[in-house]
Amino acid sequence: MTLNVFYFISFVAVLSALMVVFSKNPVYSVLYLIITFFCIAGHYVLLNAQFLAVVHVIVYAGAIMVLFLYVIMLLNLNEESEPHKRTILKVMAAICSGLLMVVLIGALKGTEQMVPQQATDSGIGLVKNLGKVMFTDFLLPFEITSVLLLAAMVGAIMLGKSETVKR
Amino acid sequence: MINTVPIEYYIWLAVALFTIGVMGVLYRRNAIIVFMCIELMLNAVNLLMVAFSSYLNDPAGQVFVFFIMAVAAAEVSVGLAILILMYRNTKTIDIDVLNRLKW
Repeated sequence: MTLNVFYFISFVAVLSALMVVFSKNPVYSVLYLIITFFCIAGHYVLLNAQFLAVVHVIVYAGAIMVLFLYVIMLLNLNEESEPHKRTILKVMAAICSGLLMVVLIGALKGTEQMVPQQATDSGIGLVKNLGKVMFTDFLLPFEITSVLLLAAMVGAIMLGKSETVKR
Repeated sequence: MINTVPIEYYIWLAVALFTIGVMGVLYRRNAIIVFMCIELMLNAVNLLMVAFSSYLNDPAGQVFVFFIMAVAAAEVSVGLAILILMYRNTKTIDIDVLNRLKW
């Protein structure tokens, strides 16, 4: 049962990831990427990482992809304005990534034997557990992340503001 | 509870998603699509990290994924601001226009 759900979600994820790359219209790419992100959230649920699944849907599908959609609409991109590479470059891109895939598979083959076959604790991904770890062992990175978000916010406003504004 | 899905399936899935992201970066010229493919690569790594964290009973991996999500959000906000600035100056979103650093 779980394995069948895994196969189905993985198939949809890979298919829509391919469609992100190959669809001509940028808006369709964004929508396919949202499907991929929902599938990855489904994988998180399968892996008993419920908190991360919810955060993933909120942050990626809710915030980041909406930002992408807004930018695409703001710049009025569509199929006609889409730049294309030459065919030989496309073929070479496919070959290069295929070779990378071969290298990664070769490098990661046998890694699964490093993971002992053990019973997993299904409560590990709940807010209670993760919050405990986050606010004890990872307190400093957590605070630094807030500074990073503040810096990103200031940077985005600085970059995005119109240059004709008189100081 | 013993996991019914073997860990290597998650490894192969993450490799596939990461490779598709790399292919998108090499294949497309639209800067926004390239950016989206980078997000795809980040998510492949996140998925692998959550899988290992769950199979090893170690919550640290999931906390890392949480931090990666925060960094990705920061990256996207600044990156899209830069893209809008680039569009304002060159009236295109084609990354081949930005070739002044070439050679």
